[in-house]
Amino acid sequence: MPQLLLELFSEEIPARMQGQAAKDLERMAREHLAAAGFLPEALKTFAGPRRLTLVAEGLPLAQADRKEELKGPRVGAPQQAMDGFLRKAGLTQDQLVEQNGVWMAFVEKKGRPTAEIVAEMVEAIVRGFAWPKSMTWGTGKLRWVRPLKRILCVLDREVVPFEIDGIVSGDVTEGHRFMGDAKPFVAKDFDEYAAGLEAHYVVLDVEERKERILEGCKTLCFARHLELVEDIGLLEEVAGLAEWPTPVLGDMDPSFLDLPPEVIRTSMRTHQKYFAVRKPGEAGLAPHFITVANIEAKDGGKVIAAGNAKVLSSRLADARFFWDEDVKTGFEPWLAKLEGVTFHAKLGTMAQRVDRIVALAGEIAPLVGADVAKAKEAARLAKADLTSQMVGEFPELQGVMGGYYARHFGLDAEVAAAIEGHYKPQGPSDAVPTAPVSVAVALADKLDTLVGFFAIDEKPTGSKDPYALRRAALGVIRIILEAGKRFPLSEVLKPAHARAHEAATAGLWRFKATDEGKLVEGGPVLIDETVVRDLIAFFADRLKVTLKDQGKRHDLVDAVFALGDDDLARIVARVEALDGFLKTDDGKNLLAGYKRASNILKAEEKKGPLPEGQAEEPAADSAAEVGLYQALRLLDRPLKDALAKEDFTDAMAQLAELRGPVDAYLDGVFVNDPEHRDNRLKTLAAVRAAMGLVADFGLVAG
Amino acid sequence: MPAAPKSFQSLILTLHNYWSEKGCVILQPHDVEVGAGTLHPATVLRALGPKPWNAAYVQPSRRPGDGRYGENPNRLQHYYQYQVILKPNPANMQDLYLGSLEAIGLDLRTHDIRFVEDDWENPTVGAWGLGWEVWCDGMEVSQYTYFQQVGGLDVSPVAGELTYGLERLAMYVFGVDNVYDLPFNDPDSPLGALTYGDVFLANERQQSEANFHGYDVAVLKQQFEQMEEQVPLMLARSYKNETLVLPAYDMVLKASHLFNLMNARGAIAVAERASYIGRIRDLCKMCAQKWVELQEAA
Repeated sequence: MPQLLLELFSEEIPARMQGQAAKDLERMAREHLAAAGFLPEALKTFAGPRRLTLVAEGLPLAQADRKEELKGPRVGAPQQAMDGFLRKAGLTQDQLVEQNGVWMAFVEKKGRPTAEIVAEMVEAIVRGFAWPKSMTWGTGKLRWVRPLKRILCVLDREVVPFEIDGIVSGDVTEGHRFMGDAKPFVAKDFDEYAAGLEAHYVVLDVEERKERILEGCKTLCFARHLELVEDIGLLEEVAGLAEWPTPVLGDMDPSFLDLPPEVIRTSMRTHQKYFAVRKPGEAGLAPHFITVANIEAKDGGKVIAAGNAKVLSSRLADARFFWDEDVKTGFEPWLAKLEGVTFHAKLGTMAQRVDRIVALAGEIAPLVGADVAKAKEAARLAKADLTSQMVGEFPELQGVMGGYYARHFGLDAEVAAAIEGHYKPQGPSDAVPTAPVSVAVALADKLDTLVGFFAIDEKPTGSKDPYALRRAALGVIRIILEAGKRFPLSEVLKPAHARAHEAATAGLWRFKATDEGKLVEGGPVLIDETVVRDLIAFFADRLKVTLKDQGKRHDLVDAVFALGDDDLARIVARVEALDGFLKTDDGKNLLAGYKRASNILKAEEKKGPLPEGQAEEPAADSAAEVGLYQALRLLDRPLKDALAKEDFTDAMAQLAELRGPVDAYLDGVFVNDPEHRDNRLKTLAAVRAAMGLVADFGLVAG
Repeated sequence: MPAAPKSFQSLILTLHNYWSEKGCVILQPHDVEVGAGTLHPATVLRALGPKPWNAAYVQPSRRPGDGRYGENPNRLQHYYQYQVILKPNPANMQDLYLGSLEAIGLDLRTHDIRFVEDDWENPTVGAWGLGWEVWCDGMEVSQYTYFQQVGGLDVSPVAGELTYGLERLAMYVFGVDNVYDLPFNDPDSPLGALTYGDVFLANERQQSEANFHGYDVAVLKQQFEQMEEQVPLMLARSYKNETLVLPAYDMVLKASHLFNLMNARGAIAVAERASYIGRIRDLCKMCAQKWVELQEAA
């Protein structure tokens, strides 16, 4: 079956956009082909520095012919209706047949040639492609990520003819910019294309480019008895920067090794896109780097290595300069500068934020077993490095540099660790601070952020979370769950709210609106209890997501949350116990019993208020009633004991005792017996209440 | 092929020859202080409007805050940019650019040349474009931009802009670590070899002191405000139905430089910065608007 090959050849596509572009191209092509009735046997796309490529296997050369039935006007309908129908359908009246009183047309639709459909598809894709940023060039109006130079489009080895804003489709493409003969070549199918690219020094597939880079790095390392510091993000990026990626190892002046390794790595990574290397088994870096060039140089890469080494040296010399300047300056002048740093236009300065974090860390410290004075001191210094030269150059080293400088100045080790770690965790794989002083500052930092942005109504929406509030809330959750001490969420939210309230009433937090480019003062931010309520709901959502990620059922999380508890550790323990219980036979059956009892209660509730009070002991001759009555009585104490001890597994085991009696009761007792109705409803309500101490089983699915 | 350049000035001459041969107008620097070659009216204004325009020139650029009293081997408050503007950008503009690197002696099969995403913008003139930093062996040697907006106006046709940082490029090509050691003229000159330092060190030292401590902030502020007032007045004048855009734009440049001086003196609070930049951009937009009207009328 025929094959379609499409290549959109352009000037260099930003590395960060290539992966999504390959996905978008595949999706758009599949949609277009499906709309035309084609289902390719295989379809694959590739993206690289200068090209997007698509190959689809197993397309017919034309659409199948189709029979279409068109329903016309009713027989005897006015002539106007008939004329309208004929005009629209492009038919004459003699082509219609009468069927059940309606004029029908049976039209044979010739399938269109696939080439025509492909030509339309490519034009639609090119014109509708959703690049994050696109541009026009020259005198044209066409938009692409960078100037689009050529379109190769062959179907079954024949060029699919079309033209898009002056770019005429063909069967020619180009290889590497500098290597090989740099002459365009013809490719009539994917095999010729792939072979041609290889011969012209282009690795088409990003996965192969990544492998080539890793292999090359490892070979270089092996020869020098070094080990690559792997960096997946960097690998992705450099694989999008070279068509013929060729790692080259360069030497770094070893005198720079006295800089913090984070500084060296960040400088290598962000400015130069180099991989770092180390001696096998050693933690620190080795005085070399690997850059990924786009050519196999004539001299084996000597000039490239030397040039890059020189650039790195000047970068690291800058870093050394920043370090030297910073240690000459120190924390107090940095803190003074924070007064001139805006945290957020509506939330005042960074210095004011530090004041709040200090107060908050002091209040949280006793809860987490931290020394109050140390927590406050660490909070006071935590943001100082933001105005250091090094963090000015490498914002991603905030905190890390504060920690280095704190140790350099001989500050308390716990304080230094808290300064360093207070931004943590910065993602799901990042570690959580556990030292008490670090915990206090990390919580204070995140809670101040959360309360502030909730107060000015900058809550995350959909995929938008510009202030990383979800990450902050998740950080709070993880820190609390992993901290040694237990306390309810409200214990830390209340002081955070109080500090925010002070800031707002003092007029430090203000709305500022832009009016034709000029900042205009608005009224002070108002903070009320809804902020705390919204925040607790936000935390609940984040916890649900976390538990769901761990494979816990969404409904179980809801069932536990419904109890209104805000002790995160207890919530998690309950969900875990509930999850285990519902996997047992007793659990499943008891849940079914609960639902039946609950349905009866709900139905009766509609008729009027349920009877209140304790059920009376039933007549001795009703075994099922006596059984449940006794079971409930026996359950009461041990269930409450288990809950008090927070032994939720035991609590579930206690509930399991109800399973038999509940089943027997529901099967054998007619609740709505006029004589016993009240007492029987009270019994069922008692079952619901007892189970409700553990979770809201009504929210459990099943 | 002529021999590769050996000095700073022959590097410039090589680029001039190269772009002259390609058909560009070779201009001399604009005689008003600017922060970057882009600000030369040959780029900012000529990038607007429908008329083709191809030019290359050297532009002395002043960044008062970057002065280091001649003590930093890489940083200068006065340096040279080589600027090329091609409008509409030719289809082979990347090849033309790479040819210029070969002309100055860079072998593209030995050096690693890469186009790394960099979206350029200059908020003071309301301009932005898409393009790359061009890296040679890991060092940024040029900025390559396809203008999309200038003075807040969409451009059509699109101009391609190339900016070479001349000192940095020269340091790399000649293997010199300190800018002041660059050979300015031919090292074998019968009239005596001069280094970049011989020519510019005194200027760096004196201008640095003036930038950081010498200028009177109140005077700068007053001059800024005068320029700001004058721009609309100048734009209200015309000669034979031609609005006086070019003189008005010179005033915008002066205002922009005065702002940079105030900034270097530390006289502009963080909160004020955005508003100053906005004021300059507004002036620039007025000029851009008038310029486009003139171009379209002509």
